[in-house]
Amino acid sequence: MHTERSDIDIISQVLQGDKQAYALLVSRYQNFVFTIVLRFIKSREDAEEIAQDVFVKAYRSLADFKGTAKFSTWLYTITTTSCITFLRKKKLDMQSLDNEQVFDSADIIDSGMSANQVEQKSKVNMVSNAIKMLSPDDAQIITLFYKAEQSLEEIAQILGIEPNAVKVRLHRARTRLKDKMQTHFKAEVNDIY
Amino acid sequence: MQENKNFFSGEEDMELHLWNYIDGIAEAKERTAIEKLIAENAQWHIKYSELLEVHQILNSTELEQPSLRFTKNVMEEISKLHIAPAAKDYINKKIIWGIAAFFITIILGMLVYLVGQISWSTGSADVIKIDFGKLNYSKVYSSTFVNIFMMLNIVLALMLLDKYLSNKRKKLTGA
Repeated sequence: MHTERSDIDIISQVLQGDKQAYALLVSRYQNFVFTIVLRFIKSREDAEEIAQDVFVKAYRSLADFKGTAKFSTWLYTITTTSCITFLRKKKLDMQSLDNEQVFDSADIIDSGMSANQVEQKSKVNMVSNAIKMLSPDDAQIITLFYKAEQSLEEIAQILGIEPNAVKVRLHRARTRLKDKMQTHFKAEVNDIY
Repeated sequence: MQENKNFFSGEEDMELHLWNYIDGIAEAKERTAIEKLIAENAQWHIKYSELLEVHQILNSTELEQPSLRFTKNVMEEISKLHIAPAAKDYINKKIIWGIAAFFITIILGMLVYLVGQISWSTGSADVIKIDFGKLNYSKVYSSTFVNIFMMLNIVLALMLLDKYLSNKRKKLTGA
């Protein structure tokens, strides 16, 4: 029997004053939000702090959630904005794939992998590691599409761009991911192809 | 077949169409053409298998997990906070309409004054001449019309100020 309560039900309960009900939304979306934040910010400590801040901001603005879009779409919009604000404040480099540094850092990640990781021939781990090597923009769009179950239209809403632009960006991100996999995980890729 | 080959030219184009097909966003006509190409063309079939596997692996990647205290930390943080009122509640429409009325009154007042300055007996039927150089601004501030106009604006401004202050007082007292 499917007993999971809908986001809208939980939100209306929270808006009526039941603060504790918000914990359900937090536990439901914490992994999604944390993963998206990690695509932007590599430090887990910073990412966790930002992800918590996202839920606090969402709580404060809950009365503004109109329910015209999915709660997750609204939440990921806050997530994206928070990450960009954090990066601007910290003046961290938004790594670009066209930049040589990315390949350097990719090499660092690659060479810095523990023996355990290298030994892991799992395709899933290989793809996860390849995603970490992508630029935040590419990694985010792939995460939103594949893990956060957002449609092209919803991603367009989160990123503030046209759905067609999302389609093109997603295609390019996947192509770059494939390139990364072929460059850094040749052996594993050979298992796939 | 030849028609399809022309329709999808180049490897990048092929990949883009295959991704559309895999993502389920290709239109019916495109979907049929791609299905035919996958079935009949070895190159398309191989590329489709490759992309499909990447797609399946991407779907199977796991999400990152924050610390076990994550939810607890958020709940502790929000226990000190209140949900902010919705933006539409604190933007009072009456204030917006008041501001609009203020500016419309100014614009209308200026228009009435300018029309009053037009010399209608220029002799030309086509051109209405307004000699801006000859506008007597000192007259504006002494005429009865302008005095009434200014008084009206002052009353409107005072009404807006009163509204703003009473709203602020209500918020402070929690009413």
